Formats: sequence, C-alpha cells, structure tokens
Amino acid sequence: NASASAKPIDKVLIANRGEIACRVMRTARRLGIRSVAVYSEADRHSLHVATADEAYYIGPAAASESYLRQDKILDVAKKSGAQAIHPGYGFLSENVEFAEACERENITFIGPPASAIRDMGIKSTSKHIMSDAGVPIIEGYHGEDQSDEKLQSEARRIGYPIMIKAVRGGGGKGMRIAMTEADFDTQLESAKTEAMKAFGDQVMLLEKYVVKPRHVEVQVFGDRHGNHVYLFERDCSVQRRHQKIIEEAPAPGLTDEVRRSIGEAAVRAAKAVDYVGAGTVEFIMDENLKFYFMEMNTRLQVEHPVTEMITGTDLVEWQLRVAGGEQIPMKQEEIKVKGHSFECRIYAEDPDSDFMPGAGPLQHLATPPPTSDLRIETGVRQGDEVSVHYDPMIAKLVVWSDNRSSALQRTLAALRDYHVVGLSTNIRFLMALASHEAFQAGDVNTDFIPNHQTELFPSHCLSTDVLCQAALAMTSSLNSRNSTRSAAKKDIFSPFAHKSGMRVNDLPSYTIKLADGATVHTITISETGPNTRSVSVDGQAPVIIENVRLLTETGAGKDNEKTTVRCSIDGQVSSSTVLMRGNSVHVFAVDGSHNLNIPLPNFLKSSLGSGSIDDPVAPMPGVVERVIIESGSEVKKGDPLVVMIAMKMEYVIRAARDGVVEKVNHKPGDTVAKGTVLVHLQEES
Amino acid sequence: KAGRVRCLVRAFHALDTAPTIGTQQETNSPEYQEKYERMEVLVRELKDRVAVIMQGGPEKARQRHLSQGKMLPRDRINALLDPQSPFLEFSQLAGYKMYGDEHVPAGGLITGIGRVSGVECLITANDPTVKGGAYYPITVKKNIRAQEIAQQNRLPCIYLVNSGGANLPRWTEVFPDRDHFGRMFYNQAIMSSMGIPQVAVVLGSCTAGGAYTPAMADENIIVRQQGTIFLAGPPLVKAATGEVTTAEDLGGADLHCGVSGVTDYYANDEMQALHQARRVINNLNYVKDPGVSIEEPVEPLFPADELYGIVGDNLKKTFDVREVIARIVDGSVFDEFKEKYGTSLVTGFARLWGYPVGILGNNGVLFSESALKASHFIQLCCQRNIPLIFLQNITGYMVGRDAEAGGIAKNGAKMITAVSCAQVPKFTVIIGGSYGAGNYGMCGRSYSPNFLYMWPNARISVMGGEQAANVMAQISREQREREGKPWSEEMEEKLKAPIIAKYEEEGSPYYASARLWDDGVIDPKDTRTVLGLSISAALNKPIPKTQYGVFRM
Repeated sequence: NASASAKPIDKVLIANRGEIACRVMRTARRLGIRSVAVYSEADRHSLHVATADEAYYIGPAAASESYLRQDKILDVAKKSGAQAIHPGYGFLSENVEFAEACERENITFIGPPASAIRDMGIKSTSKHIMSDAGVPIIEGYHGEDQSDEKLQSEARRIGYPIMIKAVRGGGGKGMRIAMTEADFDTQLESAKTEAMKAFGDQVMLLEKYVVKPRHVEVQVFGDRHGNHVYLFERDCSVQRRHQKIIEEAPAPGLTDEVRRSIGEAAVRAAKAVDYVGAGTVEFIMDENLKFYFMEMNTRLQVEHPVTEMITGTDLVEWQLRVAGGEQIPMKQEEIKVKGHSFECRIYAEDPDSDFMPGAGPLQHLATPPPTSDLRIETGVRQGDEVSVHYDPMIAKLVVWSDNRSSALQRTLAALRDYHVVGLSTNIRFLMALASHEAFQAGDVNTDFIPNHQTELFPSHCLSTDVLCQAALAMTSSLNSRNSTRSAAKKDIFSPFAHKSGMRVNDLPSYTIKLADGATVHTITISETGPNTRSVSVDGQAPVIIENVRLLTETGAGKDNEKTTVRCSIDGQVSSSTVLMRGNSVHVFAVDGSHNLNIPLPNFLKSSLGSGSIDDPVAPMPGVVERVIIESGSEVKKGDPLVVMIAMKMEYVIRAARDGVVEKVNHKPGDTVAKGTVLVHLQEES
Repeated sequence: KAGRVRCLVRAFHALDTAPTIGTQQETNSPEYQEKYERMEVLVRELKDRVAVIMQGGPEKARQRHLSQGKMLPRDRINALLDPQSPFLEFSQLAGYKMYGDEHVPAGGLITGIGRVSGVECLITANDPTVKGGAYYPITVKKNIRAQEIAQQNRLPCIYLVNSGGANLPRWTEVFPDRDHFGRMFYNQAIMSSMGIPQVAVVLGSCTAGGAYTPAMADENIIVRQQGTIFLAGPPLVKAATGEVTTAEDLGGADLHCGVSGVTDYYANDEMQALHQARRVINNLNYVKDPGVSIEEPVEPLFPADELYGIVGDNLKKTFDVREVIARIVDGSVFDEFKEKYGTSLVTGFARLWGYPVGILGNNGVLFSESALKASHFIQLCCQRNIPLIFLQNITGYMVGRDAEAGGIAKNGAKMITAVSCAQVPKFTVIIGGSYGAGNYGMCGRSYSPNFLYMWPNARISVMGGEQAANVMAQISREQREREGKPWSEEMEEKLKAPIIAKYEEEGSPYYASARLWDDGVIDPKDTRTVLGLSISAALNKPIPKTQYGVFRM
C-alpha cells in the first residue's frame, strides 16, 4: 500500500527552475517546509536560487547536463536531506525512470506513481484504458504496425483531415496534420524526424482531426487513500505554434451539466490509473460541447493558477500534503467555482515574426502591483537574462474577478501596465487577443489565431498621439542631460544648462526625429505655454496639447531614463511611460508598447555594421547545429545553408539570393547572437 | 547648558532671512490694466516683426536653398547647439528699414551665444537666402560686434560661413574703414592670439574676402560638394587668366582637404559638418570658471508679466524701479545700499539665476548725491567681483544753478569714471527713457557694457523730442523777435511738428536696434532669463582687477 510509505515532508528539493520553482518554494515556505534548489551554470544568479533556503550547482547550462541529470539531482536530494522532490513541469516531471529512481532511493516523488506516468505517457495505451473506463475517446490508430503503408491505410480508414502524432510526444512536437492524402507522406516524415530528435522515439499514432476544436482540460487530484476529485475545467484553446498562450477557468459557454459530466469523466480517468497527486485530463471539445479524451498530463500544469483562483485552493499545498500521506483537503461537494480567472503567458518572442522566441537581458521590467486578485508568477527580475537554453517565458499574469468580462478587462489593464524593455514580448499581441470581440464573446477554438489573423496582427500603425507623447518625453529627457557637461561643472545652475530651448522673441521649439522601423518621423514641438505645446508631426497641421506633465526619473544606468507623460490631446487625456536607453525609445502607451529609435545620422551609419543586406543572419539566439554548404559553394535562392537549434526548435537558414559562398562564419556548436551573419555571400557583380 | 543656549542663539540668528522687495499690484485697477494692454501691444508688435525677420530671405530664395538639400541658417544653429539648450540671439532687428526697399532680415547674419558640447560659444551664421549672404554695412557691423562680444567674454567662435562676400555697390561703407570688412580677420587673428578658439564651418561659398574667415580659423570644416573657398570664382578666373574651371574643382572640399590644406575636416553633409564642429569644441579642453559664488536660483516672488502693468508705454508716467527689480532677481531678495541717500538712484545687492549682482536703477533725475552713491556702489562691486546691472530710465543729470553749484558736473564725472573703469561684467537694460548724459552715467553703449538690451517701450535720444522742439522754437522766436518779424502759435506748431516726429522716429527702439546701438529689443518678461544668460556668458572670462582714473574730488 502506497500510503504506508508516505512520510511527512519538512524539506523538499525542487528539480526545476524559473517561475515554477519560485512558485513551489513560496508555498513550501508558508507551510514551514524548507526548500532546496538546483541550478545550472546559466542560472547561478537566478531568482529561484535566491528564493531557496539551500541551492546546489548541478552542471552546465544545457538542460541535458543539468536539470535532466537524474543522478545529480538525486545526489543533491540525499546530500541535503530532502525527503521529497517536486519536479515542477517539463524536465523530469513526467519521466517514468526518474519516478522509479526516486522510489528506489526512498525519496518521495511529488507526482503520481510511476505506473500512472507510464500508462498515460504512451498515448495508445492511455486511450485503451480510457475507453475501457467509459471515457469518450476519438477515433484513431494506435497500432504497433508502423509501416508507412499501414499508417496510410489506417489514415484512409479514419478519414482526412488526420493528425499524425508521436506516441511519446507532447507540447506540439512530433505532431503534424495532413489535410489530404497527398500531404500524408511528407507530414509523416517530418513528424518522425522531429520526434526522433526530441524523444528518441518515432512511433506514431493517427487521429481524426477535429475541425474548430476547443481544448478543454480538467484539473483532477487523487490521494493515496483512493479519493479523487475534480477542480473543474480550464479552456486553453487559444494556442500559437501548438502551445498555449492564454488560459481561463472556467471554460466559457459550458452548461452546468456538461461541466459536471466532463469533470466526472476526468475523475473516472484518474481512478482508472489509481492516480495520486495533481493531474490534468485533456479533452478536445467540438462545437456541440461533445468532448473526447485526448491525454492525461501527470504533473502540475503551467496554467494551474487559474484553477486555484476560481476554487480558492493552493494546489502546490495539496501536492505537498498528499505526498506526505494526507487526504485531499476538500471533498468534491465542497469545491465550488467562484468567479472567473485568466492567465496570460508573457513570452520573450516576436509575434510579428511567427512568434520567434527571443532571449536577452531584461533591461527594464515594471509590472502592475500584485494583489490577491492579480498574481505575477515569474522567475526573473529586472537585469536578469532570458536564456537561450530554456523556455522563453518571462511570467504568467493571473487575474481573477467575479465574472468573465470584468476579469478580461482587468487582464487588459494589467497587460498595459506590464513593461518590458530589452527583448520583444508578446504583450501587445496578448492585448490584441484579449480585446478581440470573438475572444470577449468566448467564441474560442484552437484555430483562433489563424482565423483572426488580420485583426490580431493589425498592419503596424503608430498613432500620432504616441509619437507626440514620445517626443514630449524626449524633450524632458534630453533637457536633464545638458547640465552634466564637464566644461561647465563649476557653473551648474547656468540658464544655458537649464532653461529649456529659450529663444529670444520666439517660442522655444524643438525638432525631434524618431524612426519607427524604416520610417522616420519628424516631430516639431513649440512650447506655447508652461504646460501647453503645439506639436506638428511630419509637417501636418499642428495639434494643441494641453496640461502636459512630464516626470523623468533616471534609472540604474546613466543611460537609462524613464519619463511619465500625461497630457490632453484634442481634449482627450492620456498618459504613457517612455523609456530611453541610448538610441532606443520604448513607449508604453494605452494601446500597448512601441519600440522606436532615434535615427542615426547618415555619417554615423556608414561606420557601423558590415556584411551586405542579403547575407543570411541568425533569426534568433541559438547554437549552430549543422553547416550544409562550404566556402565556394554555389547556392540558389532558397537553398538551405545552415541549421540552427534554438529554444529546442530547429531552424533552417536559407539563401536569400543566388550566389557563391565566400565565407562561412560559424562552425557547428558555436553559440550565436540574434542577427549574427552566418554566411557571407560574394558581392553580386 | 550654556553651550546649548549659544547654539540656539546661532540657530535664531536669522542670518539667511533676507529682505524682499516689491508689492502686490492692483491688477484690477484701470491704470494698471491700461499700462498692461499698451505694453502688450508693443510686445506683440515686436514679436510679429521678429517673426517675419526670422523667416529669413524671400520665399523663393528659401525654397531654392532647401531644394538643394541645404539647411536654413537657424536650423544649422539648432543642430549645432546642445539639444534644447537656449540660444541668446543678438540684434534680430539689425538693418531693419535701413536700406529702403532692400530688406535685409537680421542684417543677413545671425549671431548669438549658445552651448555647444557644454561650452558657451559665440556663433555666427550667414543667411544665404538674404542677398546670397552678401555683407551689407550693417552685416559687417553685426559681425564685428559679435566678435567684440566673443573677445570681451572669452567665448570660442564658431562661424557658419556661406556668403558671397562684400556688397560691392556699397564698398565705401564696407571696405576701407577701421571697423569694416578687414577688421573681421584682424579680430580672428587677435582672438586666436588670446587663446580664444576660432572655428569655421564652410557650408557654402566663401569667395574673395570671405575666403579668409575659414582660412584664418584655428580649425575648420568643409562640406563636400557644397562648400567652396577661393579668392576668385570661376567667372573672374576666366576673365583674368582664361582658365576654365568649376567651383568644386577650384575650391571644393577635395581640393582643400586633400591638396591645399586650407581645410581640416571633410564632411559628407551638413549634419556631419555640424557634428564635427561639436567634436572640435568638445576637444578644446575649454574650462569655464565663473570665479563668483553661485547659489541655487529661485524664481522671483512676483510674476514677470506684471512688468507690463507697472511700466506701460508712457514714459511720462513714473514707476518705482524696485518693482522692476522685484520681478527680475532671485526670490525678489534685494539688499538695498544707501536707501535713504541720493534716492533718485536705487542701488543694492541681489542674485540673478544664482549669480551675485549689483543693481543700479533710476528712480528719477540724477542729483549729485545719486552720482556719489553710484560711484561708491560701483567701487564696492568691483572690489568684490560682483557683476553690475544698470536699469536705465533716465532723463539726465539735474540742471540749474543749485545743481551746478553743488558740483553736479564733477560728481557726474566721478560716476562716469567709475562706470568706465569698472572691470566687472556690466549689463545695461534700457527700460524707459535714455537721454543725454544720463545714458553715459548709466553705462550706455559707449561705456562698453558686455551686453545692452532695450525694452520695446524704451526711447533713446540726446534729449526728448518735445524739449528739442521747444529749444528750437525758443531760438526761432528770439531770432524773429530780434528781426522784428511776427511769430504766431501756428508757426511755432509748424516748426515743432517735424522735429517731434523726427525724434519720435529716431528715438524708437527699432531705429536704435536696426543700427546696433544695442544687442536687441527684448520682451520685458524675458529680462531675467536674458540677463541670466548674459551673465553666464560673461563669466567665461576671469574678472580682472579694476584700476580707476583720477576722481575729481
């Protein structure tokens, strides 16, 4: 009996990093449980290390040499005297061998028994079990015969469109959709390659592809005493690159009856595998609210906070108590849905280039103040680096309110106040998403983003108001710099240093140039009064701006200034925050953030940068995996040149034009920054 | 215990409490309002006229200039200055209505002081849209005055040159005399010898005499395909030697940077040239040491625009100069010196933009006592390195037998000796009338104040128009009476009217400023800032020790 081996926990090792490690430690601390962190070279100064009571170094940055090293982690557990290991999500959280190893070493693995992980980890097995337990499943082929011919004929039997999915896959990796029979071979090949790379296994399953599907998942919990409950469902339909981006609980548009029946189905699923701890049963739901079992995730999910918010629970506390042998703290009938909650995942990525992940330092980070209804789950602070080695998530913004529309409204407001400088984020995109009519109406499905492409990615448009506010902020910013010139150090109060832009018998006026991508805007500001300005953008008729209030603060670095602008443009009062770092100007306006630049004059440009514009560059920071060509190779436009691995994904860098390779700048294994010229092509004659 | 009491005494010593001056104005009174409105009209007129001048040459010329991708001279200056820093421009009204139908806005040359790379520099910029940047007599005068300012205040000079040279039809007023064209290059040599850096940026043609401005500079910059320097242009060369050449070939950047060595820095465009000028200044290792105590500036207690309602436009209506001082100096704090003696002249110590200043302001005609008090006060300021500010509103020294018997002439002479010899920076603002010897005693143009400004309500002349007309009428009447000819009221009016009209025109600040009798007409509201900038500029030069001449006792 499992309950016999359970012992109370007073020290827990968290075999993870980032926000989830911090999240677990917070609850552990509240419960009086000491926490032990492990860290890789890249995380030496990370927040999770600073938060833990003890921290141990376990190896180089690459996850395979640190966070995935079971032996090292178990060593640390023994050395530190931790009785339990919390695996978080990802890394070793669903690793059967690790769960077994823990058992052998007599360390409590905070998660389900290894058998449940195994059963649920292999998708074909899990479907059999569910089908037997009376959980509705979707038509598919989960057979042993993996020959291309068999798979093809099975696909024909199930009918197109069809989904090809790695049996051991997850997170969208090793998964492809074939819309027609003609695509099947290529998609199958591609899925296999990816799966092999990611999981070392290329066994595939086939499934009927549900059109306009919703992704609805149920949080379940089991204990060692045979109790199982569900904590209602979450809707995670809106996804990009097959990864979740915004989640909510409860799922919109469900009737009480559907809500109960999906919950009960999930509990049946958990019981079928004697599930212990926190788990998630994922369903696919069609337009008629019919749902089918997809898979079960045997871990605490990234999006668990929305469930906590609507049920008033702390699932990490439950995990720790259940792992310590206690019963689930609440009975099914005590668990009630209260209000509505959203979670936005703030990623370092660029929505405008197909959500390309990014990395780099968080030069500036300002968040809305956390409250009991607004949680910011993060593992980074200002000045930290979003590393190329791990998931590029910066934070989860979790908001609760008594109903869906007000929760959404508060989410939008919180996003607006979430300011990040240093790397691209998806904040603006999340704002576009959260303010989209269809999303507000709860009309969601997994194709939401492609279906609403045009509205979600509006052709980039910078309003005059934003330009005006940026320029106004710059007048304040530049002003505070003049007084620091060394030549006049002994004369710091001179009006030449202070009085802003004074002109004899004329209004002070300034011309400011700001570049928005390749477009340079010229903004002319006249100071018509102490708090009024007349502003003309690109020679248009001037706009009168009243009640101008500018407050500039200098940041940590000398070249880092933050200005709050509040003003009334055409009678409409608005405020924004403008950050200046060197030549870049970041505006956090009502409609989101905008990155502008102070254009460099031509004569300064010529001395910077090298390489011609069509030389292939690294689209993001990463590691060179393979160099396909060599110096002297003749290439045609579109030919693959270099393969890079970044953020666990493979990118093929192709030739932008026909030409001859003059020089290959990097060899396999090199770590390259975004924008690095990888290959130099000979100049065209 | 005793120690603590002593501390308390010190704490309540009230050392830092200083007397403030000025009174709350009755802003609703009809008199105040009338004065306010009239001054407002004058200021609006001034700004309207200056606005036209600031546009530069005719629309067509400006469009042509811009279409060649060149910048207008004021934009050149804006790009040269530290971002958003002030520009203390001089004599915007130079040449105003001086050449009949030929309009020469700002005299075709913009001059002023602004900070470049943190250094206060004297900047001149030719306006090529005004008659091709040709030097009119007033252009020469303005250029030389700018150099005088640079020399007197030890300010590095930056010449943004783009001029076709002298205005040949007026060569007699431009070429031969001491303070004509040649003096500009003499000044460059002398200033360079004094260690005052001379920097030229060649943004257009510099022909004939104009070629010497960049050539005489310590360092210079030239713009490729735009700047040219030669003693004679292609047409003259062809006429003289038959040689056919282009301007670029004859004196462009490639030639002068690569072959002749006439220029030092090669710029691809104007922005680069101006940037290079900023770098040149940055590399001067020029240090400003003001040499006076400086406190943090405090705004006056009263709003500056009340000066309109206090002063108005009618010089016959008197006002207390203390009300003006109260609206100019820091915190309206003024320690008045000899308050009860020689009361027609107010003297005292204050701070302006944090700098220490000694102020002399007229509250009526100068008597012997006022002149003696002024002499004493000026000696105090010179002893202590305190800059002097003269607020002129003066009809002259007292006349009459009593005054002469009291030695008004020798006492006035003492004041003039003190003013002349004072080596501290001097600043004069004509805030009302400036007549006769009063102009001298109160540091008029002849006494080389570092800067002299006028308010738009001011009047300057040897005497008042009425008085002059009366004197003339008196003389005519006596002559007619001697000759036994009749003299009627009507005849007297006919004689007086043109005299009054002439004085009215010639005594106007526009007439004065057009001829550079001052450094500019300013809005009374801006007086504090203009003076602050002027003091800041003047303090670039270490203050020398004052040595007086003989005081007639």
